[in-house]
Amino acid sequence: MTCGKEPTAETGQEPGKNAMLDLPWVTSHGGMSAHETVIRFIPVNKVIYLLPVALFIFSLFFGRYMMDPAETLRILIIGSANALLDDAASLLSTLSGHQVLLPFFEQTWGASEQTVVFRIRLPRVIAAMLVGGGLALAGASFQGLFRNPLVSPDILGVAAGAGFGAALGILLSGNPWVVQIFAFAFGISAVAVTYGISRIYRNSSTLVLVLAGIIVASLFSALLSLAKYVADPYDTLPAIVFWLMGSLSAVSNTDVIAVAPPILLGSLCLFLIRWRINLLSVGEEEAQALGLDTKRMTVAIIVASTIVTASAVCISGIVGWVGLVVPHIGRMLVGPDFKKLIPASAILGASFLLIVDDIARTLTATEIPLGILTALIGAPFFAYLLTQKKVGWT
Amino acid sequence: MILNVKCASFSYDGVTKQFEDVSFSLGRGEVLSLLGRNGTGKSTLIKCILNVLTLQNGKVEINGRRVTGMRPDEIAREVGYVPQVHHAVFPFTALDFVLMGRAPHIPTFSVPDEEDYGKAEEAFARIGISHLREKCISEMSGGESQMVMIARALAQEPSLLILDEPTSHLDLGNQMKVIATIDRLAADGIAILMSTHFPDHGFMVSHSVAILQDGRLIAQGPAEDVITKENLQEAYGVDVCVCYVKEAERMVCIPISPCGCRGRGEV
Repeated sequence: MTCGKEPTAETGQEPGKNAMLDLPWVTSHGGMSAHETVIRFIPVNKVIYLLPVALFIFSLFFGRYMMDPAETLRILIIGSANALLDDAASLLSTLSGHQVLLPFFEQTWGASEQTVVFRIRLPRVIAAMLVGGGLALAGASFQGLFRNPLVSPDILGVAAGAGFGAALGILLSGNPWVVQIFAFAFGISAVAVTYGISRIYRNSSTLVLVLAGIIVASLFSALLSLAKYVADPYDTLPAIVFWLMGSLSAVSNTDVIAVAPPILLGSLCLFLIRWRINLLSVGEEEAQALGLDTKRMTVAIIVASTIVTASAVCISGIVGWVGLVVPHIGRMLVGPDFKKLIPASAILGASFLLIVDDIARTLTATEIPLGILTALIGAPFFAYLLTQKKVGWT
Repeated sequence: MILNVKCASFSYDGVTKQFEDVSFSLGRGEVLSLLGRNGTGKSTLIKCILNVLTLQNGKVEINGRRVTGMRPDEIAREVGYVPQVHHAVFPFTALDFVLMGRAPHIPTFSVPDEEDYGKAEEAFARIGISHLREKCISEMSGGESQMVMIARALAQEPSLLILDEPTSHLDLGNQMKVIATIDRLAADGIAILMSTHFPDHGFMVSHSVAILQDGRLIAQGPAEDVITKENLQEAYGVDVCVCYVKEAERMVCIPISPCGCRGRGEV
């Protein structure tokens, strides 16, 4: 409809549409509203980079166990410094062969604060940022690859595969590590099968990929139903259902350390090729004429996005909406150019899931599953965005 | 010679030939118009020149190199391609869109730099559409978006420009604008190959015209020799009148109505 740059410049440029909207009692179309004026003069694409930093600090002290912000920061900085010194000391000890003692900062806080910050909140906050940022980044890339703004990272079946993998893991062992590895492996395999099916046709257009994705996704959701059907209704079935709704409540430091490298690596790949996604998004034939090796590019985007999505999903469960809605918000703020859209999506995705996760852990005494909240918040928000004119696609 | 097509033939399924034994060449500053009815293989031929499709027999050479041995970005540095229509999904600004033409000059893991922006601006200025720079392609008229696509192809700095029916969906004024632009670019030394449905274009800009019919070039050469009653009758199955119009100072080619009651060609 309209592009993402100046919201107000376009008012009145579409006479046909405005005539329909300009009902006598609707006056807001006349001039520039206050918030539009403000938004125009804030460098939006720079300010959003501060958002995740602020939310990161906020999420560390905010919770059902409320902490003093200054104290939290002190624990975070001095605690990390002490941990580093401790590591350095033991490293030096092993290297030199005898005990080395390094000075460390005095710990002015209790063990419970230490635990809350480092063992409970920090891994969870980092996980929320990794998962949210990763899903949004993968979603934005897929929307470019498939030239369709309604595409989410699940389009090639990764979520369906991961869901079945997790259910199988819960049925077979119940060990969280097994569940995660199964979810990751089946998520990746589902996409591999999708790609394999699409390769049967020599003309491997992206439409065939989408169709293959639908085939594979429905296959895995049937298998998931089977897994639920045979599961113990008092024990494993609730575990499966809860996993499918998504949650970060059980995330530990080891989980974060395990999934951070693949998510960051995949994101880095997508970040590096971000400008070239523009070429794919104008059409495969045109991209080829512009000198792009479209086949290799397609494979690169699918592999990187799938690794990111599968790694995210395996610690968080199924978290919908982030990969679909956040790229749209990004497009409204910075425009459709993937050079800016990719980093903006990552930042907004990280911030969005951080907010949602804060709500999930504080709103009620028991945790609210993430998937429920992302949809509850995301759906009305998306509907609101669509009523604004700056949609960012046609 | 910038473009050299020799004995080219192509088939999608290996049985029915889309075209065969097609040969022509194109030098600096020359314009070749390719005529032929719908579905006769003009677009397929263009895809073969761009190496999107691979010839079954024969060869395509650009500046003396066979396209089959070139990487996509190497070809894109030599050949600019302007498709018939662009279906915009995301509302890129014209500047973002034209910058994409710099892709073959930009390393894979990189983004456009100052120089690329400069070249894009140059491409806008060259065909006189700098005022469209910030406009979204999704809000453009057919004529505007056609000019922006030409600018994108120019940003590639090609020695050969290929246009697939550049005026098919444009109004009369925009048609002439595009034709005039093509003429100017040819004068600057770019070789131009365009497929078209208007034989008149041959008289306006072309140094040579070729007619593709049933997969073969039935005629090839200067417009005056190729655009004849007989050739067009064979290619399109309609009666035409080809004659000189004093006011236009050139030859024209107009179809004679099948009913025969009007436009009998007495000028």
